[in-house]
Amino acid sequence: MSSDLTARRIRAKLVELSHQARTAHLGSSLSCVDILVALYSGILNIDPARPADPGRDRFILSKGHAATALYAVLAARGFFPEELLETYAKPGSPLAEHPAPACVPGVEAATGSLGHGLSLGLGFALAAKIRRERYRVFVLLSDGECNEGTVWEAAMLAPKHGLERLVAIIDFNKWQATGRSCDILALEPLKEKWEAFGWSASEVDGHDLPALSRLLKNVPDGSGKPIALIAHTVKGKGISFMEDDNNWHYRIPDAAEVSAAKAELGVA
Amino acid sequence: MRNAFAAEITAIAPEMDTLVLLSGDIGNRLFDKYKERCPDRFINCGVAEPNMITMAAGMAMSGLRPVAYTIASFITTRCLEQIRVDVCGHHAPVVIVGTGAGFSYAANGITHHACEDIAILRMMPGMTVVCPGDAMEVRQAIRAALRHDGPVYVRLGKKGEPVVHQTAPDLVLGRALTLRTGEDVCLLSTGNMLPTAVQIADNLAERNIAAGVVSLHTVKPLDENFLREAFSRHKLMVTLEEHSRMGGLGGAVAEWITDHDSVTARLLRIGSSDDFLHEAGGQGYARERMGLTPDAITEKIENALRRIDGAAEPAPVGSDI
Repeated sequence: MSSDLTARRIRAKLVELSHQARTAHLGSSLSCVDILVALYSGILNIDPARPADPGRDRFILSKGHAATALYAVLAARGFFPEELLETYAKPGSPLAEHPAPACVPGVEAATGSLGHGLSLGLGFALAAKIRRERYRVFVLLSDGECNEGTVWEAAMLAPKHGLERLVAIIDFNKWQATGRSCDILALEPLKEKWEAFGWSASEVDGHDLPALSRLLKNVPDGSGKPIALIAHTVKGKGISFMEDDNNWHYRIPDAAEVSAAKAELGVA
Repeated sequence: MRNAFAAEITAIAPEMDTLVLLSGDIGNRLFDKYKERCPDRFINCGVAEPNMITMAAGMAMSGLRPVAYTIASFITTRCLEQIRVDVCGHHAPVVIVGTGAGFSYAANGITHHACEDIAILRMMPGMTVVCPGDAMEVRQAIRAALRHDGPVYVRLGKKGEPVVHQTAPDLVLGRALTLRTGEDVCLLSTGNMLPTAVQIADNLAERNIAAGVVSLHTVKPLDENFLREAFSRHKLMVTLEEHSRMGGLGGAVAEWITDHDSVTARLLRIGSSDDFLHEAGGQGYARERMGLTPDAITEKIENALRRIDGAAEPAPVGSDI
């Protein structure tokens, strides 16, 4: 199974889950699917059979509202049975709308309030440095999340300790809840901001799997600095009538829209 | 208390290789010896308390035992969400140490007053709240907190407070330390009010009122066995704290009473009022303004006892009888 096919399959699953559970944030989940697929198909040093291995790479979904994307990718990667996805957001399910602590194997941290994941990842990475372990820490943030002051508190501390195994990936889909992320606050120039804070920053097409893999393989990158990847993405990516339409931050697809989406994705 | 904390953490660090000390850019020179001994395990997190707390949670989730230290008001109310979500949400064994309990740093204004922290931290699921009464208790409390498998808030005063215990007490989290017994009144002190509690007991003794003195250092979890026993033996119980009368030790004990129908002893809650103190002045002045001096409290206790002795029916629980 190629990664692309996995990405299409996962997108279809996210649309279904949003429809079945009547939960929001579909556009935000769709924008980061390729980043997650890249990470979980060959980048992260993880073993679904040993999810608590102390030497594993850590991934934190700081934009916790994209939980379905993480759940679907973890299930596809074999961390838990895919059937469990059908319980998503139902009463008593471990799979809530935002990831709860240790809800399923593979979820490293509870998230949902923005601006926490990078600081947590910083704690993981500093612990690795102190304990002389070599695991890497990848944190996925949203562009809107960069409004949070704590992101920049963490951004200032990580370079001071030369945490070259810490990676911040920004899912830069150009939208936040109520408008364009560059209009709401002075977000741009984003890459230069991270550079100015002492990070080794680069930009990438967040839907180009080979390009993502190339950059993500190169961690640490030899600069001695933590790494920031500004991943340019499209909110609602993969489904024409959702792409770059911020209504899908909250909208829930009806049955006809689910069928149309799946047809476009080529998933039965 | 501050110096005792620094000395104890410096003593523990070489023997505990998981210990990491995080500071919010305070403690100038205070940790020099620690840094000499364990330079890799001291991190100045800068003036960025929320990041420090979440980072500490991440470290604790990775097998380390972080101790995060800065001024009490900054390490509690400024980063409450980080404490709630990252530390308590993951039940991460982070020791959060706040210095400057109550009005310890009164002269610096309300930004540096901490009279709400016990109440707020006590509400956090899984959080243990400890307010050592003197330097001796601080040393024991830090060791106990580091043995505890969960988040702990340790609330320190400042430096140079009187040492009350003659020898190191056997401090166990959640267990009251009785310093003095007395059948009329029982003074339940938490944190830096302990020396005041001793003075009040002396004052009362001069008036032929026998007062017990107890350091109820752990506000959460409360020592319920002790409370059950103490409330059955005394007609008046008094909580003392340099903290709001709402939600702190007094609040916690009042909650406990409502769950226990058989309690007949009266409760007098001594603490600060529901108001900010915007005037200049040090801790002594602030305590005076808030009615937290030994004489003012002694008088309140005497009034309360008179009312109890004279009342046909016990009055309800009150803060200023």
